[in-house]
Amino acid sequence: MRDTPAAAPSGRRRWLYLLPVGVFLVLAGIFALQLADPPGQVLPSELIDRPVPEFALEPLPGRGRPLTSEHLKGEVSLVNIFGSWCVACVQEHPFLVDIKNTGDVPIHGIDWNERNPEDGMKWLQRFGDPYDRAGLDPDSEVAIAFGVTGAPETFVVDRNGVIRYKHSGPITPTVWSKTLKPLIEDLRRQ
Amino acid sequence: MIPLVPARASAALAVWLVALMLGLAGPLLLAPTPAGAVMPDEMLDDPEMEARARDIGEQLRCVVCQGESIDESNAPLARDMRILVRKRLSQGDSNQEVIDYLQDRYGDFVLMKPPFKPTTWVLWLGPPLLLVAGGIGVAMYYRGRRGESAAAPLSPSEEARLQALLEAEDAAANGRHDDAANGRHDESRGGRA
Repeated sequence: MRDTPAAAPSGRRRWLYLLPVGVFLVLAGIFALQLADPPGQVLPSELIDRPVPEFALEPLPGRGRPLTSEHLKGEVSLVNIFGSWCVACVQEHPFLVDIKNTGDVPIHGIDWNERNPEDGMKWLQRFGDPYDRAGLDPDSEVAIAFGVTGAPETFVVDRNGVIRYKHSGPITPTVWSKTLKPLIEDLRRQ
Repeated sequence: MIPLVPARASAALAVWLVALMLGLAGPLLLAPTPAGAVMPDEMLDDPEMEARARDIGEQLRCVVCQGESIDESNAPLARDMRILVRKRLSQGDSNQEVIDYLQDRYGDFVLMKPPFKPTTWVLWLGPPLLLVAGGIGVAMYYRGRRGESAAAPLSPSEEARLQALLEAEDAAANGRHDDAANGRHDESRGGRA
């Protein structure tokens, strides 16, 4: 008999019963949106619109053309963090070679975290060498200065040596045609 | 009849359970955090500076594995960060300068304990506010229930109807009881009497 009020809820009470359903629907909607369009970057970069960190890297053994922060001034370029240990880099590599062959934009490489200094060079000999300049970063100092969390990562640097974009993960033809290429063309016009 | 757990015994049981939990968790709370992945070849010769490096390492998140500090993580990048921390300390950086450098490169994310600032207000204040809101909700619910029963006294006609119903029920119950008493012994009543 005490339950009688619950059997005939007032308008406000009825609304309260629907609250969990509403919360569920809102959450389900958010999850559905996130699943359909996952955020592109795992972590946002702190370095967007800031000058590249000062650095001077040794060249890969026998390759010449070392990379320093000074080399990143003067024209729009890409800086690609790679390593011979990095599986996703192998996946990305043929496309970088394609970009190099079209001559669209110079790509500089940072060979990150190699166990032996020769490993990166051997890897380039095996899979092709898309880089203009390339430097060895054995103890991650430059990678950390760039805020790198994994490889491959690619930074778009404008002609003033300012970082304008970071792409985490392999560059695919879609990423290139939809994001990087338009951005590079835009930066050239500025 | 003796209840399964007498009131006094259940209170004693609760005290024991709390004591047991504290006993198990206490050492975890008091024990120094293990240095985890810090390898001997990374350590500095100066024990004081090494201690500072440990202090910093505990506060920095491994950006690869995300759930661990750099001192706990076996990831190569965490190792290189530990070495970088020691290098910068050796070059004369203060603890805060080392942390600031990495925060500058990786953002607040690299800090194990996020700073208290407008963008993290929800993070820090959300749980206590939810607790307070929940408490208020529960309090209002019980006040509402008390108010409901107190605010609706029966009208005289309802009183009369109730009286009639109760009398009718009593009469029916007496009849049933007589039948039941003839049928079987009333254990349930006897047990509590």
